[in-house]
Parts: sequence; C-alpha cells; structure tokens
Amino acid sequence: MIELERVTKIFPGSEIPAVDSVSLTVPNGEICILIGSSGCGKTTLMRMMNRLEPITSGTIKIDGENILQKDVIDLRRHVGYAIQQIGLFPHMTVYENIATVPKLLGWDKKRIDERVDELLELVKMPAETFRGRYPRELSGGQAQRIGVLRSMATDPPLMLMDEPFGAIDPINRETLQDEFLKIQAKLKKTIVFVTHDIHEAIKMGDKVALLDAGRLIQYGTPEELLTYPKNQFVKDFVGADRSLKRLDLLKVKDAMLTDPVHCHADQSSEKVLEQMLSDGLNYLLVLDEEDRIKGYVNVDMLRGHKGVVGDVVHPMTITVGPDQNLKDALSKMLSFDLGIVVAVDDDEKVQGILNTRTMVSVVGETYDERGGHWGKITTGGKII
Amino acid sequence: MEVYQFFIDNWQHALALAWQHVYIVTIAVVIAIGTGVPIGIWITFNKRAANIVLYLAGIIMTIPSIALFGIMIPFLSVFGYGIGTVPAVVALVLYSQLPIIRNTYAAIKNVDPNIIDAGRGMGMTGFQVLFKVQLPLALSIIFAGVRVAVVMSIGIAAIAAYIGAGGLGHYIFMGISQSHDSMIKAGAVIVALMAIAVDYTFGMIENRLVSKGLQS
Repeated sequence: MIELERVTKIFPGSEIPAVDSVSLTVPNGEICILIGSSGCGKTTLMRMMNRLEPITSGTIKIDGENILQKDVIDLRRHVGYAIQQIGLFPHMTVYENIATVPKLLGWDKKRIDERVDELLELVKMPAETFRGRYPRELSGGQAQRIGVLRSMATDPPLMLMDEPFGAIDPINRETLQDEFLKIQAKLKKTIVFVTHDIHEAIKMGDKVALLDAGRLIQYGTPEELLTYPKNQFVKDFVGADRSLKRLDLLKVKDAMLTDPVHCHADQSSEKVLEQMLSDGLNYLLVLDEEDRIKGYVNVDMLRGHKGVVGDVVHPMTITVGPDQNLKDALSKMLSFDLGIVVAVDDDEKVQGILNTRTMVSVVGETYDERGGHWGKITTGGKII
Repeated sequence: MEVYQFFIDNWQHALALAWQHVYIVTIAVVIAIGTGVPIGIWITFNKRAANIVLYLAGIIMTIPSIALFGIMIPFLSVFGYGIGTVPAVVALVLYSQLPIIRNTYAAIKNVDPNIIDAGRGMGMTGFQVLFKVQLPLALSIIFAGVRVAVVMSIGIAAIAAYIGAGGLGHYIFMGISQSHDSMIKAGAVIVALMAIAVDYTFGMIENRLVSKGLQS
C-alpha cells in the first residue's frame, strides 16, 4: 500500500508548485493510473515515490513506512521502475538488462538465470532466442516487454511505471496492455502507472487519479470518472465520447441477451419457417443438439425447403466471448451484416446475443448524468 | 626507389629512431588518457569547470608545437629537463588533452538522460551509473578522441627531434639541413605508416571493448 499525504513539489526557482498537496492512497494489488495533460505533474508525482525527485513537503509512505526514513538506494532497489522502451540499456543484452537489479542485490548467477528465463517465459519470448539479444535487435513491442520484465525482476511488491507502453503503435499497445493485465491478475502487484492516454487509463486502472496543474482533480475508479465527472475539466478530459469509452469497460456478458430465440438444426424447415413468419422474425439462430452454434437461417433460405434446418443453415463465423469488452463486440457486430453478434463460450456453446439495440440501450441506460444505475436487460428465452 | 635503398642501408638506425618515437608517444598517450578521461568525467559534474578546462585545452591546441617546445625549455630547465624526452612527452600530453577531454565530456553528457534515469530509478549508486551505464555508452566516442590524440601525437613527436628528443623527426630535420631527399621521405613515410597502423590497432581494440549492442 502506498499513501500520499499532502505531497507537494516546488522546483527550485519556481513559484508555482509542480505538484500541489496531493493526497491519495493506493491499496495493495491495485493499479493506480496517474493521468493528465503534459506538465500536470503526474510524472513528477511518481518520481517522488522512489525519490528520484526530492519531496518539498508532505509524506509518502510505503506499507506504513515513510520513504524518507529509508535508504534511498535500498528503496529504489525494492520498488520496480519501468519507463518507455528507451530506458533499456542499449549496451546490455536482454539478459543483462533484466538481471540489473538482481545483480545489484547480489543474487547468485543460478538464481538470476532461472529468474530471467522464467520472466521471458511469462511474455512468451523464448529464452534461448532472446537472452543474448541487444535492445537494438528487438522490435518496439519486445523492447517494451523487456522494460517491464526488468522492472519486475526481483518481484517487487510495488512498481512505478512511466508510460511503459508509450512509444508504441496502437495495435501492439493493445496486445501489451492485455498481456500486462493478465500477468497482473496473477501477480497482484501494487502499481502506479503514468499515462496521458485516457483509453489506457480506463482500461488498465483500478483507480484513476486525474491531475491538472499539480492538483489532484478527481480520484476514483474509471467507472466513477466516466459516470460522475466531478467538474467540467474532468468531463472535458474524459471526452465527449465518454459513453463510448464505457464500451471499453463493459463486458459482453454484462449486456448480452441471454437465452436468445433459436431453433435446432434437426427441426423441420417448414415448421420453423411458419413460426418465424408468425412471430415476424427475419432470421433465427440455429444450434446443434449440444446448444453449440451452428449458424443462422433467414426466411428466404427456408422458403420452399423440405427437410431440416441443418441442411440450409448459414455458418456463423464471427462470434465473441462473454469476457470480451463491448467495444470489440461492437466492431465485430459492425463487420457482420446482420447487426448482431453471438456470444459463445470456449466450447462454442451459445451464451447470449448482442444486437445494436441492446448495445445502444446499455450505453444509454448506464450512462446517466444524474447517476443512473445499471439497467437489467432481460428477454424471455424462446424456443420455436 | 632511393627511399627503399635508404631503408636497406640504414634499417638499424631507422628502427632505433622508430623505437624512440614509439616510446615518447606511448608514454605521452598513457599519461594523457590517465589524466584526460578523469578530467573529462569530472567536468561533467561542474559546468563552470567544464567551460574553463575546455577553454584552456582549446588554447593549448592553438599554440604551434614548435613554439610550445620553445616555451617549455625555460620552465623545465629549472628541473633540469629543458630538452630531450621529458619536454617532448609533456608537450604531447598537453596537446592530447583537448581531444580526449572534449570527447569524454561530450560522450558522457550525451548519454540519454532517460537511460541514466532508469539506472538511478533501479537503485544504482552514482558510481554504478557512471561505470555500468555512462562509460560503456560513452566508450566509442572517448575512443575516437583517443585515436585523434594518438595519431596527432605521432605527428607532433616528429617535431620533438628539434629539442633533442630523437625519434623519426631526426631524419626529417637532418634531411632538410643536408638536402637529403630520401632521408626526409624515409622519416615521413615511417611516421605516416606508424600513424595508420596505430589508428587501425586502436580501431580493433575499440571493437573489442565497445558493446556489440552499440555497433551497427
């Protein structure tokens, strides 16, 4: 746990504080994002946590202990520190980079070797291939990974990360973020993470601290910032499209219609068609006997067909998992001309369905200026 | 052809002079590295000192070498070393300071502050940052300065023959006074070959010492 109490930084020769009386607490095992536009003091605030910047006033405690009372070198060796990929030592191999802090702490070679291999394993970079490479022989994404691995080499409980995914293209960044969240879910580190990217903040943060001109404007969960922005500044910062940003936060399983209308592949086409016409359905999901997705049929496909639905079913290739976020689901939905997307679990069993209407209503209902609540969406299941 | 004949006839003498030359330059360069690199490192901590030191080294560089030898005679005479090897070495050390100090200073100053920050942030002490991060990264530029200093010293050492330090300059000066063309050429050719060989050797050493991660 890291506790900040009225932490202030005034640079010599400056009248205006770079960080102005910031108090906040990051509970153990959480990611706290420090965000704000450049010059807001977020990096300075983070750099005070391992005393790379002297603290002008206020106290910072790590697990109840004032950091000023610790030996500064020792403090830094026990707090992970990752910066943009440029922070890798170009004259050292991947192995030497990762081994930096373990070596400073005097680990024996065998233990370091094992740790390096284990860490490379974690990000699926084969140790034999990468151990001896130099940073310039790595892609941006790989270098970034090594930077993060290096900061966690000694398994520090607290990690400080200064835009660790900053200098990287959006696609790779997404991958790295996902990978990082997966690792974090296992390791449960306490992480202070600086970024200027609101999407990253919403995606990665358990808590988000929004700073402006050195002051802490709002501190809360991403959900809170999006739903109850404290003032106009927060509103502007999270952006006019904050309802869309919520799509990042919400999972498919939160919004899907469970138990969607469907038929089975072994039912007779004539009967299904009749029912569809009388219910005014244009298309219908087709499942197999195990409730796995087979595909879909529409009225035209069934018209005049003698036999079972399974013979004419059109396969459904685009599906989502219940744990994916709604943004991914929406993009899949848009690429699929029916305006729906089916949620299936790992065994391809149908869990639910999302359509444009549920999507709109979810975003609409949950995003409420007055502080609305989650609307529960239920639709009775129906089998023809 | 005459030069070739000159070598054949005088190879023992030539070798002795070459050895003297190498001797002077080696001592001078060792001292110059031993002083220039630490000074270059030291002035990275002190902007004022950096300005003064680089300015002084620059001024020394502008003094014509023959004048420097002349100026030193009265000073070193006090200690009984007005002429010969000692003033030659002192002059070479002085001349070598600028390229070595300047390159050391610039190389260390130019190390990406983010990288230094990463080192400090991970808990390296100031010394560890210097020896594990800054110097290895600065090495090739420091080396470039040393190479300039060495090649220059080999050239200037030839002039030291004028104050009785011996070396290959002896052939050049004697050749001039005796209008002995092939003697001048012999001196010049050996000096030039020596400079090329030493520069090449330093290049090899540099390749060995500088991290593979920094070579393209």
